[in-house]
Amino acid sequence: MEYFTTIINLSLLASMVRLSTPLILAALGGMYSERGGIINIALEGIMLAGAFTAAAVTVFTANPWIGLIAAVAAGVLVSLIHAVASIEFKADQVVVGMAINILFIGVPALVSGALFESTGSTPPLPREQTLPDWNIPLIGSIPVLREILSGHKPIVYMALAMVPLSYYILFRTRFGLRLRAVGENPEAADTAGVSVRGMRYAGVLLSGALAGLGGAYLSIGQNSLFTRNMTAGRGFIALAALIFGKWHPVGAFLACLLFGVADAISIRMQGVVPVPVQVIQIIPYVLTLVVLAGFIGRATPPRAIGTPYVKEK
Amino acid sequence: MTLLILFRHLDILTCKIASSHFPIGHQSSMITRPRSSSRGVSADIHAMSEDPKYAVEMRDVTKRFGEVLANDSVSLAVAARSIHAIIGENGAGKSTAMNILYGFYTADEGEILLDGEKRSINSPRDAIRLGLGMVHQHFMLVEPLTVTENIVLGAEPVAGLSLDYKRARSRVREISEQYGLRIDPDARVEHLSVGQQQRVEILKTLYRGARLLILDEPTAVLTPQEVDEIFAILRGLREQGKTIIIITHKLSEVLELSDNITVMRDGRVVGNLSTAGATASGLARMMVGREVLLRVEKQEAQAGASVLEVRSLSLRGKAGNASLEELSFHVRAGEILGIAGVEGNGQTELIEIIAGLRAQTAGEILLEGRPIDRLNPHERKRRGIAHIPEDRHRRGLVLPFDLADNSILGVHQDAPISGALLLNRKVIEERAKRLVRQYDVRPPNIALAARALSGGNQQKLIVAREFDINPKLILVAQPTRGVDIGATEFIHRKLVELRDEGAAVLLVSAELDEVLNLSDRVIVIFEGRIVGEVDPKSVTEEEIGLMMTGGRKEAGERGSRGPEEQESGERRSEGAEE
Repeated sequence: MEYFTTIINLSLLASMVRLSTPLILAALGGMYSERGGIINIALEGIMLAGAFTAAAVTVFTANPWIGLIAAVAAGVLVSLIHAVASIEFKADQVVVGMAINILFIGVPALVSGALFESTGSTPPLPREQTLPDWNIPLIGSIPVLREILSGHKPIVYMALAMVPLSYYILFRTRFGLRLRAVGENPEAADTAGVSVRGMRYAGVLLSGALAGLGGAYLSIGQNSLFTRNMTAGRGFIALAALIFGKWHPVGAFLACLLFGVADAISIRMQGVVPVPVQVIQIIPYVLTLVVLAGFIGRATPPRAIGTPYVKEK
Repeated sequence: MTLLILFRHLDILTCKIASSHFPIGHQSSMITRPRSSSRGVSADIHAMSEDPKYAVEMRDVTKRFGEVLANDSVSLAVAARSIHAIIGENGAGKSTAMNILYGFYTADEGEILLDGEKRSINSPRDAIRLGLGMVHQHFMLVEPLTVTENIVLGAEPVAGLSLDYKRARSRVREISEQYGLRIDPDARVEHLSVGQQQRVEILKTLYRGARLLILDEPTAVLTPQEVDEIFAILRGLREQGKTIIIITHKLSEVLELSDNITVMRDGRVVGNLSTAGATASGLARMMVGREVLLRVEKQEAQAGASVLEVRSLSLRGKAGNASLEELSFHVRAGEILGIAGVEGNGQTELIEIIAGLRAQTAGEILLEGRPIDRLNPHERKRRGIAHIPEDRHRRGLVLPFDLADNSILGVHQDAPISGALLLNRKVIEERAKRLVRQYDVRPPNIALAARALSGGNQQKLIVAREFDINPKLILVAQPTRGVDIGATEFIHRKLVELRDEGAAVLLVSAELDEVLNLSDRVIVIFEGRIVGEVDPKSVTEEEIGLMMTGGRKEAGERGSRGPEEQESGERRSEGAEE
């Protein structure tokens, strides 16, 4: 029982929000890509690129906001590789995504070695050079919500804002309708005068921007440096959340919270519960497996996902 | 409906008249012949070119694909506010001509005039801008989206940053009321029946301001009732000033619906004529280039002992599949038993169960009195069950394989085709050559990939392979889908021949005409149950059509459909994908 109160309390929920943030951003990013019909398993690699770029740029500029923008740009650039390969050259999207993931295990180490003479990590940033904590005026005065929602990094609020915004974009705008149409039946969209190529580029690049931002949160928000492979599979967990959430922004958001709380619990259990740390650390990953094995059969992906669009004749 | 029945009888009548009293001349007198007078035709059209009563004119349009001349100096004129049918066999070039008109292809030569003005149409976007609309045979709809979303897609009204769903919906409602195309604007397209999906396609073109509608094989996937409805809709559109072109090969429908007809063969226009005075047999002769039997000629069946017996066969359908409930029937040697029904009511599943491709949940199947439930498809084939599957690309052929390899599928383990270890190439090739010759598969090159053949010739190859095992029972599903008149006639004749040699035939077809013409007995299936048996010689299309829809003729078109109805609509739409 004493374990219980140590682990389950209000600050657990705050920690859930923090840990969910990179997942939410990457999952929503993946949603734009996959709703448009392009599988994006490169989220992991894109997040790594974003995390490294954010840290490295902040080291040189001493301004985390510039680092943040650079991370988004890096995400867009990396996803551009994905887009060109899968849209122009009609490459297998899973292979392209995997290649990007493998590439960005190595690229940060290489560049880091050249810039900072350390392939393991970037130099740690002083606290004032990481993103600030924001106290939200209105929420800051409500007792319970204050504990959970106030005092987070700006990226946390961006992620939370992206959920309703994505819902609006996907289901209430012309762009969203066209994106969904292209992901379900590109031929029909094409004959209706929608540019399949254009929409798919937009979807993939948006996913890059959001996943890059998610990566930045890891290196200049939650931490103050980039370390090798610091995403630790979060890109894949985000992908699982996207599937578990049925490619729906709210569904994906809730799934991310679930993974976030699992992560938070496992962190809190370490050193408290008499179980080897390694066992505790695998909780979020086991949860991913269970969720996907148990629920994936019921989720219907966009129908044209993974298939390059080839115009007849 | 009554009209249709009338035409079925007229058909027979006019066939007789045409063949007895007017052997050739009757037809040709009103037909402008192709090559010899094509200059003359175009001259006529040219003379009238400034006359805006033609909504569309194509003049000497030629299109080559590599060495193939797909359209050879095609000229036709479509009167404004008329329904114009373009008919011809597969590969006659009718779709090519319409795709040129709609801007999918660019013509190598020739010109197109719309309302008397010369236009260049380089893309579907151009065509839409000029008031053309096309309804493809395979619907271009995004199934998970709503009717409204599908209609406005690509030309959405917006308010600020948002899509203006309110305006979109009211516009859809407005057009659907104006043209009498009833539809629920908020229904999801995947829940609609095929007929309703077609309405959505038509609404799409009208929403974009189409004045001329091109419909490619609009009735191919519809039930008889739905055909009546679409005809009423098309006539209504004509009344309201639209011009309509339909591409089809169903002659009875051409005669019933159209005002004028263009007949194409081998990429050329072989005749432009008025529907008044045209006959089915005359049109068939023009399309095929020789005399064609539209009716199957057959003797009374000499039915023998029961070959196939199906007892209380049930299947609990999983997602996307129909269920079967307690089906019992038998097929005797020397008879053709037809199964009539709207696609997706269990026919596919039934045939697959008997062929051994799918397991039933309950019930048994006997071949010549012995149960075959435990046998795999190959063992069943050895017992004499031939199967012509409904999806020849997925089940019937391996498309990248050559004709020789395709000709042994299913018998590839049997001597003398297969030796102890290796295939016997020589036997295979000789057999393939013989089959190709006997069944007139063209081109007769057994080293050619099956993919390279036309639908009709692919089907002939399958028929050849299956019939060559001397079957006791033949399972035939959609034998002439996408097959042209000439090959259809051939396949029908072969089926009757095998029947007369004592084979039992179980026939499933979405073409009611085909079921009624070929079968000696017909059972009607609806939602996995047998609703009754009818005599194909005496039943009317109306009676059987009613049975095929479970007696609920008016259901499914008033926008107030129950969940059950929706489900069957979904199945139907799946079955429609060929």
